[in-house]
Amino acid sequence: MRKLALNDEILLSIEKPARYIGGEVNSVMKDKDQVDIRFAMCFPDVYEIGESHLGIKILYDMFNRREDVWCERVYSPWTDLDRVMREKDIPLFALESQAPVREFDFLGITIQFEMCYTNILQVLDLSRIPLHACDRSEEDPIVIGGGPCAYNPEPLADFFDIFYIGEGETAYDELLDVYKEYKSAGRSRKEFLEAAAQIEGLYVPQFYDAEYHEDGTLRSFTPNNPSAPERVRKQVVMEVTDAPYPMKPVVPFIKATQDRVVLEIQRGCIRGCRFCQAGMIYRPTRERDVERLKEYARAMLKNTGHEEISLSSLSSSDYSELKELVLFLIDEFKEQGINISLPSLRIDAFSLDVMSKVQDVRKSSLTFAPEAGSQRMRDVINKGLTEEDILEGAGQAFEGGWTKVKLYFMLGLPTETEEDMKEIARLSDKVARRYYEIPKDQRQGKCQITASSSFFVPKPFTPFQWASMCTSEEYMRRASVVKQEFQEQLNRKSLRYNWHDAQVTVLEGVMARGDRNVAKVIERAYRLGCLFDSWTESFRNDLWMQAFEETGVDIGFYNLRERRPDELFPWDFIDTGVKKTFLYKEWERAMQGVVTPNCRMQCSGCGAAGFGGGVCYEGEN
Amino acid sequence: MKARIKFKKYGALRFIGHLDVMRFFQKVMRRAEIPIAFTGGFSPHMIMSFASPLGIGLSSEGEYFDIELTRQIDSAEAVRRMNEACVEGIEVISFRQIREEKKMTGMTILAGADYLVDVSGSPMPEGWEEKFREFMAQPEIKVIKQTKRSEREVDIRPQIFRWELREEGIYLQLAAGSSQNLKPDLVMDTFCRSLGLAEEDAKFAYCRLEMYAYGEDGKELVTLESLGWDMEGDGE
Repeated sequence: MRKLALNDEILLSIEKPARYIGGEVNSVMKDKDQVDIRFAMCFPDVYEIGESHLGIKILYDMFNRREDVWCERVYSPWTDLDRVMREKDIPLFALESQAPVREFDFLGITIQFEMCYTNILQVLDLSRIPLHACDRSEEDPIVIGGGPCAYNPEPLADFFDIFYIGEGETAYDELLDVYKEYKSAGRSRKEFLEAAAQIEGLYVPQFYDAEYHEDGTLRSFTPNNPSAPERVRKQVVMEVTDAPYPMKPVVPFIKATQDRVVLEIQRGCIRGCRFCQAGMIYRPTRERDVERLKEYARAMLKNTGHEEISLSSLSSSDYSELKELVLFLIDEFKEQGINISLPSLRIDAFSLDVMSKVQDVRKSSLTFAPEAGSQRMRDVINKGLTEEDILEGAGQAFEGGWTKVKLYFMLGLPTETEEDMKEIARLSDKVARRYYEIPKDQRQGKCQITASSSFFVPKPFTPFQWASMCTSEEYMRRASVVKQEFQEQLNRKSLRYNWHDAQVTVLEGVMARGDRNVAKVIERAYRLGCLFDSWTESFRNDLWMQAFEETGVDIGFYNLRERRPDELFPWDFIDTGVKKTFLYKEWERAMQGVVTPNCRMQCSGCGAAGFGGGVCYEGEN
Repeated sequence: MKARIKFKKYGALRFIGHLDVMRFFQKVMRRAEIPIAFTGGFSPHMIMSFASPLGIGLSSEGEYFDIELTRQIDSAEAVRRMNEACVEGIEVISFRQIREEKKMTGMTILAGADYLVDVSGSPMPEGWEEKFREFMAQPEIKVIKQTKRSEREVDIRPQIFRWELREEGIYLQLAAGSSQNLKPDLVMDTFCRSLGLAEEDAKFAYCRLEMYAYGEDGKELVTLESLGWDMEGDGE
């Protein structure tokens, strides 16, 4: 029987002990003496969140297919166990073997959002791995980061040995082979990192020097080691249908956030919304073959026993075989009591028809993401959805029996005026009006329109990477403008408005477009006790502000400053395939309120065609 | 058609709570392709009811749940398939058909349960065994039972049906079910208090051994398992 890292007494004293015991269905056990490489794969958040992430499920499966590798999982211990581990001096362990992370060859950390950065330090610290890459010895695991935040790795550069830029399916095999060779030959950590730096897509931060102008902006970013290339090229899988996909994902004992089979139908997005990082960095759009997806659905439901299946992509409505796939799922699985969870689809006759088949119309709500209230603002952000589309879709839904609608907006977008803010309330009211146009005897009581707004954070590799942000006071003022406008609306009793907190937004802004100087704030905040910053109950803005003050790092420099057109950004050394000139042209078009057609309507020459496939070459065969 | 499943829970799986065990078995049913029946309605769920939730940290040699089947399935085959779909820490022991009456499900007929309390991890004072005999010899054992609304004093002695000092620990047969239900830790906490052993020092490991209903005479306890019979395959 597996011996657990935590004793009964500890397990009985903490919340949800099942987070830490491993041994779930489909978790992979191997003999540690029979493998060459032990890889600890970490999602730096609590188990239920980490266990829901598709990316590490793919890598876990892919690594464990290799006989010479045993990949295990690691998550952030929740604050209760964190305290116990520090008190009792218990090192962080991986779930499968329950062995200390420090015994592993690699610690891989997926970096999905900015507010997990202190948790990365927690994982290193509890694993007893020195926080700074430069302090690590031959005995320490190689710490490698990946995921969307690795597209601007600079705030974390001090803490990682390697960053993997792009999709994991392409270069890991080569990296693991090189590691094995270096390990058996007894070569040093530095020699291995030099070899790794030569693999396309891998970035070894310690082999680069950043120099700054007097005003704090970046002057130059250059390799200091002959093994390191000047630019690091993002990795993409061109044949997504043939890429490995986990047929037997781990089935958690406790309810994970995604407690279902997830089918990734495509990567990338044709839309080109100017605020959206995923829409730019995952270019070009590539679709998985529908027949293959059907096979996957069958096998994965059988292997997991899940009672729900959902589709994953950035914009499912754009998947060309969507109808075929959705109808298949309903025909094949509805009778077996399997729920079919449809992602936010564009609301039209087809989607309403299938939704009425898979959900209880009276209880479920429909979601629209207009992102901005006014048409002018939607043109600025290149969100193709028009007011007509929304009212037409909502109207059809109301006639089909739905009464609840959710609307998602962003506040603080570039060029936003008071009018644009107020339009959020007015648009919400128009949706409600559309409902009350239905004769009283044909509708079911009141409708419920819930509008939510988050504050916009400019991200690297988007046309808005030049945009300035606001102070948290200004964000709250904007939310109150919207709030007041909601009070003015005719149907205010059917409308509800929620807004997100602005303090986290400000920090996200600094992390998203930060440089190497931000590292000391993160480390200071962690030392002061910041952890689980994306969780309202543990977020401590006061400590973060103290960390900025003590390190002398200026929030305004990162968030409030207007960036020059020719400014060298800390992330510019990464080549995503989408050219900076294209992004700048898009920024200018945004300022003029000019929309850009999507990839299927017309190629805008962003540069992603250089990868030689996907939507860029559709219809050419 | 109704069936009763008996299983063991041990090791790391002691830390999986009752609701998660239910979710676990729902997924086992699908993986093992057991022909379980669903309720009707918009979101159908499996017809499955557990005899008695097991507290976190306890192991068990005799847990039960009843299900509704859409067709007969060979008992040995069902046990085999379910165990293939299980993990270390949960093992299905039997899968038997039970009578159809509504009142026959494990939850309603449950009357008693056996426990084994392993005291080897606790600093038991010299001669505690004699003290335990004296403790059990009392005509009544009064404890304060906290309910949602009030506290009241109850005599738990009548709810202790049998006890034995065994080599492996203390064996207790206690009342279980909806009318009266006694947990073994309440017995042991009360004993510790009489012994002067601090609660934080007492590290007892509890194992539920078996669950019972009243037999046809209404007096003798019979195991829930014995109320069922093995099925043969329907030739499918």
